Amino acid sequence: MKKAFRTFEEGLTSQRGTIELYGIGFIFSLLLTLTSYFFVSYQWLEGWSLILTIIFLGIIQMVVQLLCFLHLDSEPKPRWNLISFLFMSLVVFILVGGSLWIMWNLEGRVMPHTHLDLHHQPGF
Amino acid sequence: MTRYSLAALEEHQKEVYSKTIFGFWLYLMTDCLLFATLFASYVVLHPNTFGGPTSQQIFNLPYVLTETIILLTSSFVSGLGILFVHRNRKNNVLFCFILTFLLGLAFLVLELNEFGHLIEQGYSWKRSAFLSAYFTLVGTHGLHITIGLLWIVVLMIQIGASGLVFDNVKRLMCLSIFWHFLDIIWIFIFTIVYLMGTIP
Repeated sequence: MKKAFRTFEEGLTSQRGTIELYGIGFIFSLLLTLTSYFFVSYQWLEGWSLILTIIFLGIIQMVVQLLCFLHLDSEPKPRWNLISFLFMSLVVFILVGGSLWIMWNLEGRVMPHTHLDLHHQPGF
Repeated sequence: MTRYSLAALEEHQKEVYSKTIFGFWLYLMTDCLLFATLFASYVVLHPNTFGGPTSQQIFNLPYVLTETIILLTSSFVSGLGILFVHRNRKNNVLFCFILTFLLGLAFLVLELNEFGHLIEQGYSWKRSAFLSAYFTLVGTHGLHITIGLLWIVVLMIQIGASGLVFDNVKRLMCLSIFWHFLDIIWIFIFTIVYLMGTIP
């Protein structure tokens, strides 16, 4: 928990390093944002490879901000912040991955008919 | 009492401090789950435009990039504010957080302008499942930003009145974590809603 004892005691002695850390986080986040932006606006890749690339860049940016802005790497043991974060990530993965899995399967079997019906009856 | 040394905190204050921060962190983790459900429903409902506009037709990437950079800068400036807390410089802390507030306000105005523009064209949340999911997801983030802005105002008044005392430092630390967290959520809104929504 860097925000707790660590920052209280070490923050007073290692301010230069911390300012650099925030600066690095800011510059990297900016570069990652611009990279994903250019990947999409100039169509450097197509289809799934483009989607996976920008999601990957987004996850890297999240990690950069967790390390540089939220200092998740430097909390003293036991690392409850990190553990609760990892548990949350697992739940998010199951929730989002599971929803998409189920809905895409469902769409393959059921949705085409529904789409057709809706298009034929705009006032439905 | 005018100068407040963070290093000289008493043992029980450290305890209160670390428990408060950890409790707030757990709240943010549950907030992530809220956003995860909204992201999941957005991605599922994204193709269901019901004859209305598709995401490719309504998103303006350079505009959203501006919003993104403004929010990222405000997150960075709030971090600088926290560094000044450790140096016990009240005026610099106030300056950084007022700047954070102004950048956050600029972000919110840009977002509301975007919403207003869509609604004017008849593309409100009533138009299709895609637009309902879009307004719910982005609107929930905007609501968090609004609450954060109110929080900054209240806290700046408290710090202006009583300085960097223990309670105010504790609240300021929660606020900065909240603000960084909102920027992390925005990375995914930018990537999943806007960037992926613009791919033809």
